[in-house]
Amino acid sequence: MSRRIAFSLAAPVGAFVLTVIISTIALWIFGSNPFEAYGDMIGHARKLETQVDILNRATPFYLSAVAAAIGFRMNLFNIGVEGQYLFAFLIAAQIGSMVDLPMLIHIPVIMLVAMGTGALYAGIAGVLKTTRGVNEVVSTIMLNAIAVAGLIAWLQREWQAELGDNFSSSDLGTNPIDESGLLPTINWLPEIFTREIGLGKELTGMLLVAVLVGIAYHVLLNRTRFGFDLRASGINPFAARAGGVPPKRMVVAAMMLSGAVAGLIGMVELSDEGKFPPDPIQGLGFQGIAVALLGRNHPGGMVFSALLFAFLDISSGVLDTTGAASREIATIMQGIVLLTAVIAYGVASRFRAREEAAAAARAIAEDAPETTEGNETAEVGA
Amino acid sequence: MTTAIELEGITKRFPGVVANDNVNLRVEQGEIHAICGENGAGKSTLMKILYGMQAADEGVMRVNGDEVNFSSPTDAIDHGIGMVHQHFMLADQLTVLENVILGAEPDKRSLDLGRVVLPAIGFIVAAIAILLVGNGVFPRVLLLAVLGGVALWWFGTRIDFTTAESRLKRVADDYGLTVDLRQVVETLEVGERQRVEIIKVLYRGAEILILDEPTAVLVPQEVEALFDNMRELKANGATILFIDHKLEEVLEIADSITVLRHGKTVASMKNEGVTAHELAELMVGSELPTPETSLSTVTEDIALEIRNLSMVDDGPTEVEARFQEALDTLDEAGAVEAEQQETLDAERQRFRRPETRRTVDDVSIVIHRGEILGIAGVEGNGQGDLVNAIIGTEPIADGSIHLHGTDISHWSVRRRREAGIGYVPEDRHREGLLLESPLWENAALGHQTQAPYGSRWFLDRNGAREQTERIREAFDVRTPNIDVSAHALSGGNQQKLIIGRELTSDPSLLVASHPTRGIDVGAQAAVWDQIRQARADGLATLLISADLDELIGLSDTIVVMFRGRLVARLSPDDVTPRDLGAYMTGAALQGSPAGPADASDEGAMQ
Repeated sequence: MSRRIAFSLAAPVGAFVLTVIISTIALWIFGSNPFEAYGDMIGHARKLETQVDILNRATPFYLSAVAAAIGFRMNLFNIGVEGQYLFAFLIAAQIGSMVDLPMLIHIPVIMLVAMGTGALYAGIAGVLKTTRGVNEVVSTIMLNAIAVAGLIAWLQREWQAELGDNFSSSDLGTNPIDESGLLPTINWLPEIFTREIGLGKELTGMLLVAVLVGIAYHVLLNRTRFGFDLRASGINPFAARAGGVPPKRMVVAAMMLSGAVAGLIGMVELSDEGKFPPDPIQGLGFQGIAVALLGRNHPGGMVFSALLFAFLDISSGVLDTTGAASREIATIMQGIVLLTAVIAYGVASRFRAREEAAAAARAIAEDAPETTEGNETAEVGA
Repeated sequence: MTTAIELEGITKRFPGVVANDNVNLRVEQGEIHAICGENGAGKSTLMKILYGMQAADEGVMRVNGDEVNFSSPTDAIDHGIGMVHQHFMLADQLTVLENVILGAEPDKRSLDLGRVVLPAIGFIVAAIAILLVGNGVFPRVLLLAVLGGVALWWFGTRIDFTTAESRLKRVADDYGLTVDLRQVVETLEVGERQRVEIIKVLYRGAEILILDEPTAVLVPQEVEALFDNMRELKANGATILFIDHKLEEVLEIADSITVLRHGKTVASMKNEGVTAHELAELMVGSELPTPETSLSTVTEDIALEIRNLSMVDDGPTEVEARFQEALDTLDEAGAVEAEQQETLDAERQRFRRPETRRTVDDVSIVIHRGEILGIAGVEGNGQGDLVNAIIGTEPIADGSIHLHGTDISHWSVRRRREAGIGYVPEDRHREGLLLESPLWENAALGHQTQAPYGSRWFLDRNGAREQTERIREAFDVRTPNIDVSAHALSGGNQQKLIIGRELTSDPSLLVASHPTRGIDVGAQAAVWDQIRQARADGLATLLISADLDELIGLSDTIVVMFRGRLVARLSPDDVTPRDLGAYMTGAALQGSPAGPADASDEGAMQ
């Protein structure tokens, strides 16, 4: 078993080392001192305030990755996380601002609205796939466009908060939600272990929600029947079907579940802003796909990849001030780590398959010393 | 005659196993030489050594008299040895031509501007720029771009399709192999794909062909075609070495036979006066197991009743039909230029689909508890569809299916599985296993809703693992542990796992499609034993098999399916494989029923 763990760790570590080498070359070509740049980034990330920023960024990354991963485990490519979370964000912000409830109900209502909206919006792609055979990649990309350029652009205008005569740009956006609807920040949590957080930085409460989502994802996938059905459908849809897994229902369910988690992504910004701002953070849905790929759709693996992506995003900001390199190096590194990871995982899984086949061949040999299934070893390796 | 291949004392060890133990083999030039042996006898390892995929630990190998030492298949190919693998290695989306030349493309390095002059100029400019500007960003980027350009020029050569096609035609004609070079491989039938694989090795100059279980994937008609091709190849001077464990086939085609057992050569002989029985005993090394069932255990209770079942294959879709119509109109109106006529005809051909036809036509079957009903038929005559109807993966058009008196025609697959239908699929990799998942999850597949594997909401990991251990024990699944992925197991052990999981969940009806296909004699005997045992305990079984001896040996009743209909009902006591064959091909039917044309041809594609 420990070999198994070693194999699964060797791949991401190898990928990361390779990434550093390649980006070092890239930095050199563009005339920067790579080591100075890395030093600046790491130094910046050692500050508590930067770490809070990194966690605040990693939270939506992780949620987005889980949303994408639910689809991936079933070989469903939900490209629509982007549209789903933005649309859910807007609807939840609007409905949240319209109601007046005590905190213990207000926050769950907003979250459930967001999850429901995401689920329904993603469900469209699921239904299209099962009833009309529309590929989910195509439909979710189109639904992204419909959400961002269509629905949100229109509703944003419809629901614009009333503006006074001399309004400032901070008045733009939907009506603000009452204090009772905003998830409290959790600065107290890290402060138990360290000093007080300065610079007015606030650690989002969604971090805890993301942890819960991660645990729920793990339990759902590995401990429940639904999760088994989902994984089976992803690995071999024909065998799953013959084993009684209803394929159409699974597609719709997986899409909706993916959309529901996607709906939570926008809640990070909502709890911070208290409304749907005129220019919400975009692109988290696509980043999530990358994070999920790097984390192998694994609940724990995605924690690391979300943190890595967030680290690169946030700590590269310091490069603007130190001038050691261009901050775009972070984006380049995110791209490279994805490519190298895909290769490294491929190599590792081949090694593992070979290892297992050899073990199986040995087992046969021990059972019956005379039979020689050694050729089976080779078959997998070849 | 000279010796094409000579192996002396080949030994190959794997950790804990001796796969080949002092193997000797002599293959004369221009002969068809068969290698027989059970799975695990060391045939594949020997072939891999011969093809350079693995190196022997000891022994001498001679090709055409010269001692050789292969370190990769490329070496083998250089010595005129080519291998056709059991699982085809073709890219479905490419044409036959593209597939054949893949990896051996004739180059055409054109001397056009973009490929030579520009990189050259770029190189010079870059060199000057670096000298002038020094160590800045610009020259570094430029240098990189230029290097990229040169690399592109160097590696990105174009394929010379014209040369390839003419060369390929010559090869195909020389050996009498016909196949449409421009067809996309995806649209080819299995037999044709195999021909493509053979052409592929011939194209690379092979004169010695290794065929790894070439008939395993073919239906009888295709086997005949393959044998014709093999004879043609032989007549044109090729030497063929083929692995097979279907003995009748070996006796039909081979000139010489070598038998391997437990990694050793136990016999090598000319194919003169040898019987299948003698060969089989050489392979197994002891008395043969037989599929025979003993006393009848058939009871009066009806387990499965199928009444007047019909299934249809969808005809063209609405869009296809309309497109077809439009093309017809175009054609009739004479609106097409002469030179476009060919394109039009091709398009019309592409969209031509058979009309709606019945794949299963008015079939009625009764299976009692304790009875094994065998269905004989050439593949694609509706047996597969019938199985799908019973399992619930394909809709039925007419009729009904009753399990213990309850109409289950419209139940979901899951409900049927829970009601006690066990299923051994025809293709274990496609429908039976999650190859990348651990064994215990594979054991749970299909039974995850029931104890001990799971409950309404949760999967019971401990229960599932314990049950898997029990299956491993009772069904002799040889594996280091139950956490290895299913693909690590050999075919026989995978099949034992599937049979085990279906039988331990106490089914009342077992639908078994080719339960012993592609597994070795030992595993086959074990599977037969298990099915017999379950039958004695009152299991009703629907058995579909292409192995007619198995069908006759195991079944209590045999029915024959031909073009979707049941055309005969026979007692296994007084039927021979020859009789069955006559019914299966429709030869025994006088004035064959007015089945829709082409039904069997269509079916053979599966």
